Amino acid sequence: MKFTLSWLKDHLDTNAGVDEIASTLTRIGLEVENIEDKAKELAPFTVALVVSAEKHPNADKLRVCMVDTGKETLQVVCGAPNARAGMKGVFAHAGVKVPGTGLELKKSSIRGVESNGMLCSEREMGLSQEHDGIIELPEDAPVGAPFAEVLGLNDPVIEINLTPNRPDCAGVRGIARDLAAAGVGHFISDKPVKIVPRFNNPQAIALRFEAGKESACPVFAGRTVRGVKNGPSPAWLQQRLRAVGLRPISALVDITNLISLDRARPLHVYDADKIKGEIYARLAKKGEKVLALDGKTYELDEEMTVIADDTGAIGLGGVMGGESTGVTEATTNVFIESAYFDPLRTGRTGRVLGINSDARYRFERGVDPEYVVPGIDLATKLAIEFCGGEPSDLTVAGRAPDAKRELGFDAMLIEKLTGMKLHEAEAFGILAKLGFNIVVGRRVTIPSWRPDIQGPTDLVEEVVRIAGLDRVPSTPLPRLAAVPPPVLTPIQKRVRAAKRTLAARGLMEAMTWSFVSKEQAALFGGVPDALLLANPISADLDAMRPSVLPGLLAAAQRNAARGLKDGGLFEVGPQFTGPEPGEQLTAATGIRMGATPRHWSHAERAVDVYQAKADVMAILESAGFAGETAQVTADAPAWYHPGRSGALRLGPKNVLAYFGELHPRILQAYDLPGPVAAFEVMLETLPSPKAKAGKTRPKLELSEFQAVERDFAFVVETKVAAADVIKAVQGVDRVLIEQVSIFDVYEGKGVDPGHKSLAVAVRLQPRAKTLTDSEIEAVSGKIVGAVAKATGAKLRT
Amino acid sequence: MSDLEQLERDVLARVAAAGDEAALEAVRVEALGKKGSISEALKTLGSMSPAERKTKGPLLNGMRDRVTTAIAERKTALAGAALDEKLQTERVDVTLPIRPEPQGRIHPVTQVLDEATAIFADMGFAIAEGPEIEFDEYNFTKLNIPPEHPARQMHDTFYLKPKPDGTRHLLRTHTSPVQVRTMMSQKPPIRIIVPGRVYRMDSDQTHTPMFHQIEGLVIDETSHLGHLKWILEEFCRAFFEVPSVEMRFRPSHFPFTEPSAEVDIRCDRSGGEVKFGQGNDWLEILGCGMVHPKVIEMCNLDPAKYQGFAWGMGLDRLAMLKYGAPDLRAFFDADMRWLKHYGFLALDVPTLAGGLSR
Repeated sequence: MKFTLSWLKDHLDTNAGVDEIASTLTRIGLEVENIEDKAKELAPFTVALVVSAEKHPNADKLRVCMVDTGKETLQVVCGAPNARAGMKGVFAHAGVKVPGTGLELKKSSIRGVESNGMLCSEREMGLSQEHDGIIELPEDAPVGAPFAEVLGLNDPVIEINLTPNRPDCAGVRGIARDLAAAGVGHFISDKPVKIVPRFNNPQAIALRFEAGKESACPVFAGRTVRGVKNGPSPAWLQQRLRAVGLRPISALVDITNLISLDRARPLHVYDADKIKGEIYARLAKKGEKVLALDGKTYELDEEMTVIADDTGAIGLGGVMGGESTGVTEATTNVFIESAYFDPLRTGRTGRVLGINSDARYRFERGVDPEYVVPGIDLATKLAIEFCGGEPSDLTVAGRAPDAKRELGFDAMLIEKLTGMKLHEAEAFGILAKLGFNIVVGRRVTIPSWRPDIQGPTDLVEEVVRIAGLDRVPSTPLPRLAAVPPPVLTPIQKRVRAAKRTLAARGLMEAMTWSFVSKEQAALFGGVPDALLLANPISADLDAMRPSVLPGLLAAAQRNAARGLKDGGLFEVGPQFTGPEPGEQLTAATGIRMGATPRHWSHAERAVDVYQAKADVMAILESAGFAGETAQVTADAPAWYHPGRSGALRLGPKNVLAYFGELHPRILQAYDLPGPVAAFEVMLETLPSPKAKAGKTRPKLELSEFQAVERDFAFVVETKVAAADVIKAVQGVDRVLIEQVSIFDVYEGKGVDPGHKSLAVAVRLQPRAKTLTDSEIEAVSGKIVGAVAKATGAKLRT
Repeated sequence: MSDLEQLERDVLARVAAAGDEAALEAVRVEALGKKGSISEALKTLGSMSPAERKTKGPLLNGMRDRVTTAIAERKTALAGAALDEKLQTERVDVTLPIRPEPQGRIHPVTQVLDEATAIFADMGFAIAEGPEIEFDEYNFTKLNIPPEHPARQMHDTFYLKPKPDGTRHLLRTHTSPVQVRTMMSQKPPIRIIVPGRVYRMDSDQTHTPMFHQIEGLVIDETSHLGHLKWILEEFCRAFFEVPSVEMRFRPSHFPFTEPSAEVDIRCDRSGGEVKFGQGNDWLEILGCGMVHPKVIEMCNLDPAKYQGFAWGMGLDRLAMLKYGAPDLRAFFDADMRWLKHYGFLALDVPTLAGGLSR
């Protein structure tokens, strides 16, 4: 919403300057977005008289002018063809920044002649593209006066960001009322317009809605003015419209725009001679078409309100008029319409058709239903003033919706909701200035232009916004506990721990889109149709992700394209199995790409499944879960390398994590060269650590007897899982055997084909006495036996 | 000079001249070995008269002790020199770079969330979360944005494909549905903050189709706008780690709050970067207000009894403001150079005791 300062002063008697007005507007909720103050910008430019203009001695196209600036007479070299003695122009001193070029003017010598400033063109002033000559000012322009004043550009344009709840401030008068309530001047009262009809309105008007749909347009008023002569509107009106970015069209159209901006009351003017038969409002028929004033043809549906005559639809009610009945220079009889169109329906029509008009802007916020008739009277008065003619009587079909509402108001509510202490008299005073009527018994009537006021809290808002939110006292929120108890839930703690663990392990935390392309989703198990977006921002972001991996791999690809082929990324975030609550899971997902960095001390090593497995174990440990107690199976989903991946599970259904090298097919899809090791940990499926009664740990039992370490080399078939060997060893004596580790895996010379040698270190920790050689031998024998029984292993010889 | 003095002088000279441990050992054998010169001289003591022994004995023993000491000292010196020489050959180039260490980083949004959590947890706020695929009902209707309300259009909502029964889910446009879920499932007093991903159809330098919000909700029987003001002032001061901040509350409009306000913070943008607590510029950082009685009622609480306030702000935006990352899109690009530069170390855990940042 834009307006000029002088326009505002039509309604507000004030001495306040633009800065005070702007800061007050922002303070009361009419946030100022921009102030365009040409007077400030053009202040250094003044009116000057060209005393003489002689040909430049060294250049045919240049003139050497003596210029009277009002303070002094200066020599200026000028290239404009219209520079001549006796003219008045716009002068800029050396040192001034020229708005049109952005450059600072310098004192200079042009072809050997000194020049002390510039006579400016419109383009140089940033006023237009005109650059054929310098600006010529009227003869009576006072020499030395600011140029902006002479041209009437000294009217700052204020633009506010209007919130959708304030239809009244879509008119300058509404803004003035708010400012007056806030103490910036006095609201100028409005003299009612009285139109004396000279003939009966020849134009029949009707509302034709089926029962239940009347609210689309409850009232439609119109009047004919005959014998008008349409032409350009007065200069002041044209200037006003231009200042706020509207193009003047003709007096009759400009009047409707003026009243729309001034009173938030959109109107429409028809060439009365082009209306065929009765004019009426109705709902459109499906597929019906109308050629609107913007020159475009719109196809309508049955929820849109149209204005129609015998020929069909001739306008979009509340949104835009039609081309067929528009006024022109030739119009002699004009029909002026003022109606009330339903806000929601008008908003929808504009949205569906993609029309953002000044009329829609106001109707969809809710215009003042009681201003239907005053609006048309004001338009009639101005039409006759500008274009002559005589008015008919007024025809009104239907009746305006009843805007009379009353509310009780307890001023104590202000302190209860805001903490602001404010006297009841001040509160009611503010409401009165905003147009509320105070009735006995602490009740107020709501002005017809304030559909947003629905309940007592709305009244509180009105009072505090005008009184000033700075008067709300900052009040400490009482503490609930001296030392607040911890607030994080188990899953929140898990997420935090997983993130910091992975960062400590060298992975960088990424955040990628929750949506991916359907094709990418398909590579990771796919998503049901219920997870596809109906209106994606682009075709490659149309499915909610079933895994975090596609986003990370796309990121890996972007990094690789930048030359960063090695490294690791992780993301702890949502993935989806369906659209319902509970079908969103939190996964800690990561990838390691390429190889360890090349370094002088060791050969580079490609990332592998064991790094991913280590990341999984670290996440589980950070969540307080002992990873080694879970079962490792070699059955990760299809996006992993089938021979180099696994799952960590608690039972057949409950998968905690997947890990492994990614399938070459996936790498190809993402155009990634090297191996990628990945993991996905489902944080919600991890069992919670058992609740303990206290924080004390079990007593530490350290043995004072010598521990013994024994090494074994088992030859097993290649397919035998190392985990089974370890398990068999552990099973021999869970108390005595403290640690089992595998320190070598060997295949090749000396070991039969199809077999491998596993070197196992076993640490025995006696508790009661030192082990004797024979005891050690006995345990060793049991170990060999157990492993042989479980895996078919033989001791390597 | 006696013979003995001459002998001692000769032996000591050879000890001093011995160039390595082997030569020194040869000298030792020659002097103190079984047939060594000093050993031989000592043997003569046995054949001496007591009187002669009394004078020669101390002389000979003294000579033996001095030579023994000299050999031990020389031995230590030679061993030290040999070690020095050996260590010299073991010299490496200490200017060579170290073995690569992990380069992990925490994303600035996570860091800023942890910072905000540290502050709000101290004020007694819990962290509530909710699904990102939501129902119309929770994202709009129960927040006083009825169907066809123009405010729904402000949100540029992503919708999922309609289900067979015609209903459709949407991607939440704000974290406020969690307010609804909390009020419907929990009895006041309620103090929560709600961080999370939200989605709007928007994309340019300061808008991305997905971003993070953090909002707060307090519902009880007495909390009012003055408390909200205090919380936000204290939060901003603590979060931006400045001694004081100046804030400006501007009346505004949101369907779910009444009265509503937008909050600006005083800053200085003259130097190209934003500095808080000084300057002549105002920067909008959040929207807030008293929860609309209709919202409280639609969440099955009695608006005559309960009241409270809510606020919401952009988590990514807080990170941008505090740490100076200029382009929101980069937050979601996972460029490892960006993450290394704007990210945080794993052990940079924000605490109130240690300060939110280093």
